[in-house]
Amino acid sequence: MSEPNQYETVVGLEVHVELHTNSKIFCGCSTAFGAPPNTHTCPICLGHPGVLPVLNRQAVDYAMKAAMALNCQIADISKFDRKNYFYPDSPKAYQISQFDQPIGEHGWIDIEVNGETKRIGITRLHLEEDAGKLTHVDGGYASLVDFNRVGTPLIEIVSEPDIRTPEEAKAYLEKIKAIMQYCDVSDVKMEEGSLRCDANISLRPYGQKEFGTRAELKNMNSFRGVQRGLEYEQFRQAEILDGGGVVIQETRRFDDALGKSFSMRGKEEAHDYRYFPDPDLVQLHISEEWKQSVRATIPELPDARKARYTSEYSLPSYDADVITSSKKLADFFEESLSYTKDAKAISNWIMGDLLGYLNANGQEITDVKMTGQGLGEMIGLLESGTINGKIAKTVFKAMLESGKLPQQIVEEQGLVQISDEGAVLVIVDQIIEANPQSVEDYRAGKDKAIGFLVGQIMKASKGKANPALANKLLIERLK
Amino acid sequence: MSITPKDVEHVARLARLDLSDSEKEQFTEQLNAILKYAEKLNGLDTDHVAPTSHVLPITNVMRADENRPSLPIEKVLLNAPDEEDGQFKVPAVLE
Amino acid sequence: MALFDLRLQDVHNKLNNKELSVSELVSASYARIAETEPAIKAFITLNEENARLQASELDKQLQQGGERGLLFGLPAGVKDNIVTEGLLTTCASQFLSNYDPIYDATVVRKLKAAQSVTIGKLNMDEFAMGGSNENSSFYPTRNPWNTEYVPGGSSGGSAASVAAGQVYFSLGSDTGGSIRQPAAYCGIVGLKPTYGLVSRFGLVAFASSLDQIGPLTKNVEDSAYVLQAIAGYDAGDSTSANVEIPDYTAALTGDVKGLRIGVPKEYLGAGIDPRVKEAVLQALAVYESLGATWEEVSLPHTEYAIATYYLLASSEASSNLARFDGVRYGVRAENPENLIDLYKKSRSEGFGAEVKRRIMLGTYALSSGYYDAYYLKAQKVRTLIKQDFDQVFDQYDLIIGPTAPTPAFRIGEQVGDPLTMYLNDICTIPVSLAGVPAISVPCGTADGLPIGLQIIGKAFDESTVLRAAHAFEQHTEHHKQRPQL
Repeated sequence: MSEPNQYETVVGLEVHVELHTNSKIFCGCSTAFGAPPNTHTCPICLGHPGVLPVLNRQAVDYAMKAAMALNCQIADISKFDRKNYFYPDSPKAYQISQFDQPIGEHGWIDIEVNGETKRIGITRLHLEEDAGKLTHVDGGYASLVDFNRVGTPLIEIVSEPDIRTPEEAKAYLEKIKAIMQYCDVSDVKMEEGSLRCDANISLRPYGQKEFGTRAELKNMNSFRGVQRGLEYEQFRQAEILDGGGVVIQETRRFDDALGKSFSMRGKEEAHDYRYFPDPDLVQLHISEEWKQSVRATIPELPDARKARYTSEYSLPSYDADVITSSKKLADFFEESLSYTKDAKAISNWIMGDLLGYLNANGQEITDVKMTGQGLGEMIGLLESGTINGKIAKTVFKAMLESGKLPQQIVEEQGLVQISDEGAVLVIVDQIIEANPQSVEDYRAGKDKAIGFLVGQIMKASKGKANPALANKLLIERLK
Repeated sequence: MSITPKDVEHVARLARLDLSDSEKEQFTEQLNAILKYAEKLNGLDTDHVAPTSHVLPITNVMRADENRPSLPIEKVLLNAPDEEDGQFKVPAVLE
Repeated sequence: MALFDLRLQDVHNKLNNKELSVSELVSASYARIAETEPAIKAFITLNEENARLQASELDKQLQQGGERGLLFGLPAGVKDNIVTEGLLTTCASQFLSNYDPIYDATVVRKLKAAQSVTIGKLNMDEFAMGGSNENSSFYPTRNPWNTEYVPGGSSGGSAASVAAGQVYFSLGSDTGGSIRQPAAYCGIVGLKPTYGLVSRFGLVAFASSLDQIGPLTKNVEDSAYVLQAIAGYDAGDSTSANVEIPDYTAALTGDVKGLRIGVPKEYLGAGIDPRVKEAVLQALAVYESLGATWEEVSLPHTEYAIATYYLLASSEASSNLARFDGVRYGVRAENPENLIDLYKKSRSEGFGAEVKRRIMLGTYALSSGYYDAYYLKAQKVRTLIKQDFDQVFDQYDLIIGPTAPTPAFRIGEQVGDPLTMYLNDICTIPVSLAGVPAISVPCGTADGLPIGLQIIGKAFDESTVLRAAHAFEQHTEHHKQRPQL
């Protein structure tokens, strides 16, 4: 395979986000995931003859909120259009979408890749309805259609072709996901399809102004899949260009298992969507008051939080980025902060033990029982010397599993650090007596021996001895 | 502008209609007549005229985000030409 | 006097006084259908078993006494593009010939609340596309005045069934004249309400920005009663107007003194049958004698209305009828090779020629590269047409003219010439594009075929339209004429 080094990659992403309203965008059926097929349907979302749509206000509010969080300008007048195409998952044979007057336009977000911040433009954000789901049966000769998902409100976020690498694409997606999470407009679960991504990717020789011919890449089902799909596509197109060939403008499906993309040519006819204003719906006139009332619901967003964490708490930029990339994690961080002032310590525990555990188990912070209060109080116990670092590790593990507060764990398991001089001195004396060789070494000037002896004291006390105290008493005894 | 039989075939494909040769011929002729008649609209200057999508000045019609009961599955599938496992069955998408 | 020729108030009193039962009314309806239907073919589906059951239920309620609504027990027909749960709704199309609806249209729920009895579903041009009922994919309805003639359309069954005395009243739908023109051809009263007055929920969409449901009745008073029952805001229809509904019968004062009437010269110009023109002029003379005044006015963009209408309505229809794909309901073609084949075969076998023609026209008008030239252009001209009406209504209370340029034509006479057929709608289409209300009332006959007078009002001013129509009726005998069957 050829190296894509001589070409610049240009990527634009189309991200679909399902809004987590109670009811569908144009009817009262539930949007809940995972119900038996077709049990969340009615004449309206099944597209029966004569039915009419009525717009869900919450969907509009969520779309506006998302658009504002992506720094979009919100339309004063917006409307819905019909996108006409035949497909079995589209019951009306048109999708109600927005063509030339989307809810939001001209937005941007900042992403960070390799320590550098880059601004990615957002062309538009519009509101539309989701389609149903097809399952292939009879060895691929037939399909079954489930319309439960039809009519779930979706926003489509279209980026400018500002993305230059697969890593940037992944960072962009992660940022979009974080912002949607912060705004609380979607569950943003790629595995449940509430966050989906298509990519337009083209290559051009460095220095060339015009874009190359692009391919549209579909069916990337994870963040990693997006990155891998784009990487594969980069190589594929570079190889074609190197060989003097031309890239065909087409839709390609990424096969995650094979790590390759395949042309969908021949499976779809050339589209002519024949957009026109949906005569069953009326215009939206979005007043300043309405915009203000939605704007007031937007919480502090990841960038603002990150800035606050670095300035107020002096967290390293990287740590702040990681913690704020998930709202739940950042909320956990802030909850801990109510129980200890040592932000750096919280950050270290999160970045180290907590994320290590979560990543190893493929879990999110909400999947474990430990609370921010627990972590905060545990750091408090460390500060006060009630426990030492070694006990803390044990307490931490117990909190992850049981969710109990550290004080309770310490009491139940008798994990309180021994800081009583007399009690520690008893152990110190035992250890001195049992290790004459080490004592001799120390007195002969081998300072290292002290470490061994403290280790023995800790071991003998089952980790509970205050190590600083043990160290001090040991040295005094050996003078 | 005049419509060719090829245009008619293209439009029929978009509309998912199979036309017989005589239908193609007839529609080519009739659509041409109708569109020729419609050309009279070009005689009107509409540069500064706003389009009418709705005759009524209604805006912002929305409902509260409340659930209403869905249909029992028997009703959902009552008219289904083919079904399997509570779902509508169709031939594969392949051309 | 036939039972269904009694005034609605009289039928109501007889029911209340137990001189008449709902079962007798319903039996009279089916008896008349048995007698006349072979010649008229107004119905697609009869609801006889259920209707008789409902009649005996209602009779039981009558026995218990108490106040009843005015439509209580009245035999009604419903156009077959208005969805009725559990009662086949075919739109006169092969595609929907087996469609068993799973919900009721809002107007059907309203009729049920008013306790009228649905006798059956009425024939029409397939998907309401046509003006003669010859586009029904089952059989054409015939004009009760002369069965060699068309009843008009697309609500031809709705008009013919009332004219033939098969039902007391019926519901139709009007997109470009589909209530008014058949009412005119069949010598009855047909009202197209203001766009947005009657809910479209459950009306199988033809052209969503134009479709309206309205009553077809033997006289204006009945029209007011039925309108009262079906009008009103529906939260299920985003284009439904949230307006106060007045008491329409209170408007029927007989007094038209001082009403200012505009008569568009474009409606009485070239192409109009002189006998129709004469009948309209005589009607205007009646108004003059009653103290109203009329003057010639101009709706200068009338000549553009038909082209505008066919582009807009066909475009909307091409999208509205796309859902008929054979996946969830309707007649699926047998042994399709694949999915695309299933779509194409089901639709091609299921739709008639006129429906295909309009889908083709609309698909073309919306397709890439033509949208601005056709669809957008037509939307702009629609604005000009609406402004014509606004300007006349600044100075006049009503606009009056013929409903159709000629009386009914012979079956088969205009088949194969869609453009000429479209031109029949010259007087009704502009009104639909402007979205204002209009009624057609009988104002004479020519060679034994009725002529309709069209009275057009301001948006949501059905009261003045009904008042003028009613006053005309009070001073003429046209509406009392009945076809000899």
